Parts: sequence; C-alpha cells; structure tokens
Amino acid sequence: MAFARSRQALAVAGVLGLALGVTACGTGNDKKSSKASSPECAAYEKYQGHDGKKVTIYSSIRDIEADRLAQSWKEFENCTGIKIDHEGSGEFEAQLGVRVDGGNAPDLAFIPQPGLLKRFADAGKLKPAGADTKAMAEGNYSPDWLKYSTVDGKFYGAPLGSNVKSYVWYSPKMFKEKGWTVPETWDDLIKLSDTIAGTGMKPWCAGIESGDATGWPATDWIEDLMLRMTSPEVYDQWTTHGIPFNDPQVAGAVDKAGMILKNEKYVNGGFGGVKSIATTSFQEAGTPITAGKCALHRQASFYANQWPQGTKVAEDGDVFAFYFPAVDPAKGKPVLGGGEFVTAFADRPEVQAVQTYLASGEYANSRAKIGDWVSANKKLDLANVPNPVDKLSVQILQDPKTVFRFDGSDLMPAAVGAGTFWKGMVDWINGKDTATVLNGIESSWPK
Amino acid sequence: MEFDFAEEQPKFLMLMYGLIAFVAVVGGLLLLLDVVPAWFARRRDARLLAAVTSGAPLLRRRKPREGLFALFFLLPTLLFLVVGLVVPAIRTTLLSFMDKDSTNWVGLRNYGWLFSEPSIVRVLTNTLIWVLLVPLVATAFGLIYAVLVDRARLEALAKSLIFLPMAISFVGASIIWKFVYAYRGEDQEQIGLLNQIVVSLGGAPKQWLLDSPLNTFLLIVIMVWIQAGFAMVVLSAAIKAIPADIVEAARLDGVTPWQMFWQITMPSIRPALIVVVVTISIATLKVFDIVRTATNGNYETSVIANEMYNQAFRYGQPGQGSALAVFLFILVIPIVIYQIRNLRQQREG
Repeated sequence: MAFARSRQALAVAGVLGLALGVTACGTGNDKKSSKASSPECAAYEKYQGHDGKKVTIYSSIRDIEADRLAQSWKEFENCTGIKIDHEGSGEFEAQLGVRVDGGNAPDLAFIPQPGLLKRFADAGKLKPAGADTKAMAEGNYSPDWLKYSTVDGKFYGAPLGSNVKSYVWYSPKMFKEKGWTVPETWDDLIKLSDTIAGTGMKPWCAGIESGDATGWPATDWIEDLMLRMTSPEVYDQWTTHGIPFNDPQVAGAVDKAGMILKNEKYVNGGFGGVKSIATTSFQEAGTPITAGKCALHRQASFYANQWPQGTKVAEDGDVFAFYFPAVDPAKGKPVLGGGEFVTAFADRPEVQAVQTYLASGEYANSRAKIGDWVSANKKLDLANVPNPVDKLSVQILQDPKTVFRFDGSDLMPAAVGAGTFWKGMVDWINGKDTATVLNGIESSWPK
Repeated sequence: MEFDFAEEQPKFLMLMYGLIAFVAVVGGLLLLLDVVPAWFARRRDARLLAAVTSGAPLLRRRKPREGLFALFFLLPTLLFLVVGLVVPAIRTTLLSFMDKDSTNWVGLRNYGWLFSEPSIVRVLTNTLIWVLLVPLVATAFGLIYAVLVDRARLEALAKSLIFLPMAISFVGASIIWKFVYAYRGEDQEQIGLLNQIVVSLGGAPKQWLLDSPLNTFLLIVIMVWIQAGFAMVVLSAAIKAIPADIVEAARLDGVTPWQMFWQITMPSIRPALIVVVVTISIATLKVFDIVRTATNGNYETSVIANEMYNQAFRYGQPGQGSALAVFLFILVIPIVIYQIRNLRQQREG
C-alpha cells in the first residue's frame, strides 16, 4: 500500500517536472541593439543615455490603436535603447487605482480624465513633470490644455492625443441630393431638422449605450450646450461645482438638448422612439445615416472609425462632419473635446525622457502619419494628417481663436462624472424629468 | 472576426502559467501529504523495532507530537485565511468608517448615506427582491423537475438539459439573455427572441430592460435559469437516496402521489433542501456579473455587489463602497449561522 502511494507521488512529481520543462522552452528573448549613432537618430540625441532601460506605460488604448502606438515610438526605442512596455486595459480607470495602491504603479499612465489625474495628484501618487517636459509642453500646447494637468500650481504632464467632440455627422451625398445645406446656427439646425422631419425621415439618430460607461454620449450633448448657452467661465464653474448641478442654467442646457433628444418627431432614425436611444450602442448609433434612415448624428471626431467598411469619410464622400453650431453666434466658436495626459508615477531619468518625447512635435508627427489620430500639439504639421476629419479637427484645435473646453464629465469627481451624471442622463432619456434628474446628480456631488 | 492564435499568445501563456501554478501547488501538497506521514510512520516503526529488540520500555510522547503534526497541516490554511480573509475583512470594516481618501474617521456617515440616498435604498430593495425570489423559484423549479423526471424515460437526458446552463458563466448567460431581450424598432426585423414572439402574436416590440421593476424580474430569470440546474441535481440525488422500504411502506398504506410528496419525499430530503436554499441565497446576495453585464445597474436594476464595486473602484469612494461590503457581509452572516447549526444538528441527531 505504502509502495503504491509513493509511486503515485513519483508520478505527480514527474508530471510537474515535465510541465516546468515545457515552459522553459516557451519563451525566447529577442535583444535589440540600439543604433544610436546612425544619422536618422540625430533627432533623438537629447533623449539618449538610457540604453537598456525599461519604461512601462499603462493606458486604456487597445488593439489596433495600441499597435499604432507601438509603431509610433519604435524609432525612438531603436535610437535611445529605451524599451517602452505599453499595456492597454479595458478597465483602465478602475485598475489604475488598484495598481497604484498595490505598489505596482506603471511608470507612465495616459489618463484621459483630468478629474482622475487630480485625484492621484492630490493623493501625492503622481510625480510632477520634469523641467524639460514642462518646457516642451509649454512650447507645444495652449494654456487652455495645460491647465487641465496642472494641480495646485504643479504641472503633471502634457496632453497626447486629442479629439473634438463638437461635431455633427451627416452625409454630404444625401444633403446634395435633397438640396439641404450645412447649418451655421442652432436655429438653422432646428429648421433643417424640421425640414427633414417633413420628408417623413427622422432627422436625428443617437445612442448612448456603452457598456459600463452607458450614458456618456448624452453628457456630451449637455456639455456642448452648456458651453454654447452660457459662457466658458460658467462652464468652468459648473465642472468645479462653483454653481450647483441643478442651477437653472444647467436645466436650460438640458432642456435645449431635450428639444432634439426627447422629440419623438426627431429621433431615433433607424432604431425606434426616444427610449431606444438608451439601448442603442454608441458605436452603431450613427450608421443609419449610411442607410438613409437618418440625416444627423452628433458625435466626436473619433466616430470616423465606426462607419461600416467601405464608407468614404470626406467632404464630398458618404459621410462627413460639421461643427456643432453655436446657439448665439456672437459668442464665438467654443469647442468641446477630450484627450489623454501623459502622467508619471516615477521620476527616473529614462521615464522623464519618454515623457518629454511624447510631448514633442517629432512624436506628434510620427504618430499622426500612421493615421486616425489628432492632437492639439502646435508643431503637428497638417500635411502629416491623412484623414480629412482629423485634418478638420487639427485645424479647429490649432486655431488661436478657438476656445477649448475639456469634456466636463471628465473634469468632475468620478462619482458624478463617471457615475451619477451618466446614469442621470440614462434616466432622463428613459423618461425622468429634467429637475428630478439634476437634483439627484446635485445631491450625489461628493462633499 | 478572425481569431489569430499567435496574437492571443499572451493570454494562452497566462493560462498555462495558471495551470502550472495549480499543478505545482496541488501536486506539491499531495507529495507532502504522502511523504511526511510516511516518514513519521517509518520513524515510529524504527523506534518500535529498536525498543522491542533492546527490551526497553516504550516512550509515550504521542500527544504533543500529534498536535504539532496537526498544526503543520493547518498552518498554510490558517496563513491563507488570515492574509486573504481576516485582514481584508478588518481593513474593509475600518475603511467603511472613513472618508473617500481613507484618512479621516467619519463615524457612521457612510452607513447613514446607505439608508438615506434614494438610489441606494433602491439598490437595497432590489437585492431584497433578488434574495427572496431566486432561491425560492430556483429551488421550486429544481424540485418539481427532479420529482417529475425521477425514474422517467430518458431521465439522464432530461436532467442534463436543465443542468447545462450551470456550465455557462454568469457573464456568458447574461449576454445570451441580453439577446433574448434585445429590441429593434417596430419597422425593423427583431433580433430578440422575446420581442419576436410578441410581434408574431401581433404585439408591439418592447424595450424589456428599460422598465422598472419588470427589468429586475427579467434579470432574476437569468439567475434562476442558471441555478435551477444545481437545485435539480442535488435534490434529485436526495430523492434517490430515500430508503426504498419507506417508499414501499407508504405505497402499501395506499398514499396518493400528493401525500407521497408532502409526507415522504419532503421530510426525507429536508437537509438537502436547506443546503440548496442556503447556497443559492448566498450566491444571490453576491450577484454582480448578471446585473453588470445586462444593464450595468442602469434603469434602477443595480444590486449591492454592483454598487459596491462602482463606489469603491470607479467613483473613488472607498468609504461608501466598504460600507456596502460590510452591509452585504452582515446580511450573509445569519444565513451562514443557520446553515452551520443545521449541519451540527444533523450530525448529532
């Protein structure tokens, strides 16, 4: 009996040894030597001297976008010998905190929410950007942008990619056929909507379902209208709780959005009634335009990637975007947008070198050439931006007259900006009245 | 969608690491369990032999050694329990009395928030609905099914049909049911089973998951769908274990099927019934995946576990999240105590 059992034990040990042996063969290592002295590396001279060091980056960028990211800094890696280890996660916002608290913080994180950035800065987890990074960022980005990564006078990192949210997507082909023109003011937009509704087509299509972020596309509507109906200053007060969330000015913006989003005559082309907005995913929300079932879809520049394959995105193509018109043209052209900030949890020299490089014009142009990318970087050459919508976005962002404001829900505390504001908008679409929704959000603002 | 194995290599590598770690730990433990007692036994044999040959009296020091031996085997379990359960439980409890930065003590404020914030009260009500309905309905379904298919033709097939959903993860099941409830406009082709049925009966398609409280009941259906199989298997085994002589005696006394069920079957399977209800109740209190996948807690469907995760990890409110966690813990305790007491009574009785 004892003999049999020890034989079993031997077998277990044998299996173990075999399994371990197999993995030993599983991974190979590829070491690349840097070719630091070659001529194409001249531009990277100031980042050199960290050969063989590794910098880890954590972000919410995944799949093809992550591949493009890796491609964009490949030359930098080859020339400096710094190895950039990027990891994208679909649970970035929740997991970043877990990793930081667990002592497993990445060296750099691309944080898309200034509110989240402020939380880590306040907790003393973020390292202020080095002098080189700061100088590079100040040379390349407008103060409108940099204030979002500055907490209590300390600068924590430059923006990277950006997007413009104040767009309405439409079909230039359809507009030409029917003789419609791109509206320049809010009133024109409503008039156009009525005209389209008169032809029997529901003019607008919308969708706010987005997994655990359901509701955000509706918050963009409110933010865009806040910015247009009040002023950038009131907008700033709103996002910092200088005015309460149930302020009449906010209610005005919500009701203005309701003129379209809660109007059964206007929505929801291709999907059903007003309530179908809640369950339509934002990815497919605009696609009825290509099927001729709706004419207008308000969504950010990145929606260019969501069109069905074969759709020509251009000023004379199947779909294109126009600037979401101002309510009061006298107040100028405010632009709502978003972007991510390159923030550091470590201040080793190689980390700062990468942080500085990502703020540079060289990087912006290197990434833009690969396609589908927009940045507010002033050194970004328009000729390097292949896609027409991205071109338009870069033009808007680089225009010195543009008053840029960051997506408000990303500025508010997460409990509101990624919580009750989203959920409140879902309830609002689902039939709750404006006052109840705004009172609920106001009461949830962290004290 | 193409599936590129090479591209997914990191995931497979991770899976392999996990498997290897599992084999290493379990294999190591098995090895240890085999080697150590054998070693002790050999020593004792050797000592016995020595004592016999030398004729000296046997040493009697067995008690302390056995205690030591038990401790040796308990130690890893104790260590993991302390590190993985006791410490986090204490920390969570402490956090629930702190503010969102986990630095200042705020007393019972987080608990006050729990019972005063209307949206959270709604969450608590939903959890109550869940925990009342799921164990009841799932167990009833399982029991009825087990009784009906007992000794029927194709019993094995009928049972595996009901048991199959158990093999599907909660997330997978929720995605399946999300399609069942899916909605398309009236003028479009329905892709959801439920709406297709409604339309073919002449009704108008409905957005099932939007209307509260109907949506909570629709989500409960998913949980029942999964858990009924578990209830059925356990209860079916219990029914089969009822001694044949009791059943025969009852038959000779001429019971009706109804009497048979209430006076023979039910009392005989009572212990198994309690285990099933308790297990499903605890699983229901902890339900998270279904709500998160199907509605993400929108449209007033959120439950405690879902809200706890949102508060602690997404909204940066670890204090409020911890308060929800502690409350959930308190809810589970009486069920666990009941279960332990029952087990003890059975052992004694």
